[in-house]
Amino acid sequence: MNMASFRTVIGLEVHVQLKTRTKLFCRCSTRFGAPPNTQVCPVCTGMPGALPKLNRRALELAVLAGMALHCEIPRFTKWDRKNYFYPDLPKGYQISQYDLPVSQNGYLEIGDDQGRFASKRVGIIRAHLEEDAGKSMHDEAAGVAESRIDLNRTGTPLLEIVSRPDMASAREAKAYLTELKLLLEYLGVSDCNMQEGSLRVDANVNLHIDTDSGTIATPIVEVKNMNSFRAVERALEFEARRQYDQWRQTGERLGDVPKQTRGWDDQREVTVPQREKEESSDYRYFPDPDLVPVVWSDAELAAIRQRLGASPREVRSRLIQEAGLSAYDAGVLVQQGPAMIAYWDAVIAEGVSPKRAANWLQQDILRLLKERSESIDEFPVSAEQLAELLRQVESGKLNTTRGREVLTVMVEEGRDLVSSMESLGIREVDASELETLCRELLQKNPSVVEDVRAGKVKAIGALIGQARKLNPNADPGAVRNLLMEMVNRS
Amino acid sequence: MIDSATVEKIARLARLELSEAEVERFAGELGRILAYVEQLGELNTDDVEPLAHPLDLTNALDDDMPSPSLPREEVLKNAPAHDGDCFLVPPVL
Ligand SMILES: [Zn+2]
Repeated sequence: MNMASFRTVIGLEVHVQLKTRTKLFCRCSTRFGAPPNTQVCPVCTGMPGALPKLNRRALELAVLAGMALHCEIPRFTKWDRKNYFYPDLPKGYQISQYDLPVSQNGYLEIGDDQGRFASKRVGIIRAHLEEDAGKSMHDEAAGVAESRIDLNRTGTPLLEIVSRPDMASAREAKAYLTELKLLLEYLGVSDCNMQEGSLRVDANVNLHIDTDSGTIATPIVEVKNMNSFRAVERALEFEARRQYDQWRQTGERLGDVPKQTRGWDDQREVTVPQREKEESSDYRYFPDPDLVPVVWSDAELAAIRQRLGASPREVRSRLIQEAGLSAYDAGVLVQQGPAMIAYWDAVIAEGVSPKRAANWLQQDILRLLKERSESIDEFPVSAEQLAELLRQVESGKLNTTRGREVLTVMVEEGRDLVSSMESLGIREVDASELETLCRELLQKNPSVVEDVRAGKVKAIGALIGQARKLNPNADPGAVRNLLMEMVNRS
Repeated sequence: MIDSATVEKIARLARLELSEAEVERFAGELGRILAYVEQLGELNTDDVEPLAHPLDLTNALDDDMPSPSLPREEVLKNAPAHDGDCFLVPPVL
């Protein structure tokens, strides 16, 4: 059976937690990891008479994110109640935004540095503010009859970013998520930590299949419960295959069946149907009478726009244009986040060549950070100290191998450059010392001398290795030059 | 005006259990309430901006400064069931 050709159509809904100290409508802390139900008050538990008050910082972060996503920021925005019953939702409604969101109609540009898909703009339908629900826990293994509810998360500010169905593959979806996460991290809008639940992804996916009687669309399925970007990629790949098989078997098209929700099972690597929240589609939104609208002035929006820093995309092109890095190298560095770029900028400001700095950051610093499970902020060697070391390498006072050894001592023992070099016994080798070393080597290795004279220049390599053992401080390049000179002279 | 199916749906969404007699009674009452509000439809609102809030007030914002939450005993005090840390509810799977 040959495959009919089809296109996968993917739209993503991403929830990110905004980087605030307090909740969206009350001043309870949002600190992660507090004991259950200790960051809770009458407002976030929906006690009668409690009055919500909008968090200025959350609102500004939402606008900032909207601006970075090239969205329109409407002058007027308001809050609505989304009504449903669930044990983790104490008020019986979620405060969200229905018809007048804080931002709308933007886009995010995505690309692939290996050229596996052409760069494209993924449309953003809207990005709106809403509050999170609480957390319910159920220990199935213990067979406990009840679920436990912790309301610390309740009321935490979220930005829901809804894309247009503009992604045509699981790979594009992953690229969109990676770029979105990076953008929000660069903006300082969110930590985007999936483990702590500050970034969550739902996907809407279906297929457009070419048939003899025209293109038909399969029913749209919402995929949930994807706990990593890798899981999103695999779930979407699986779901596209599953929908194709389903269509072969049933011929079902969009509109034939109600919209289905499926959950990704990471162990079994399949999507499985999820039980729907009963009549969940009827949320009976209405404007929240406890909250007044927000109306922006030009000056207020301009002030927020001032805080827009460079986007990851802009930083990438700066590194390529100003520092002459390859697209790949620039991509690797930018991927590390804004702290790494600040570190890079500080190293370059000290006059180190960009190419050398890029090599060291990518090969040595990234490896050390990984080994030590540290972020660049925690790295014991400052940008200035690294620059000092790289200048020694650049001037030829240290070769790359010795440079690496010095860096290891600086990192592991927390010493500065000079004391690290001293502890390794590194000192400059003067001309007479070098000459003695080379003479000794030539005397001990007459056969090498003969080989070189006979034209086998490569034979000299053996002596350079020996020189390294005898005096690790001797620069291999200088040793080589002097050896050749002495052979030719004698 | 409002049929019993609509009343049953609203009741279900509000998690209310109604007897058949109640459904009939509320269908009448809700119908009369809607008819009362419907009178507004007689007004010409062509030049009237949609109203999002009756108060002439905007931008009521608060600074992002934490203030103390409730003690946990207070939070859990009125719950039908709790274990000292968390609320206990029928299983959510
Ligand atoms: Zn609170």
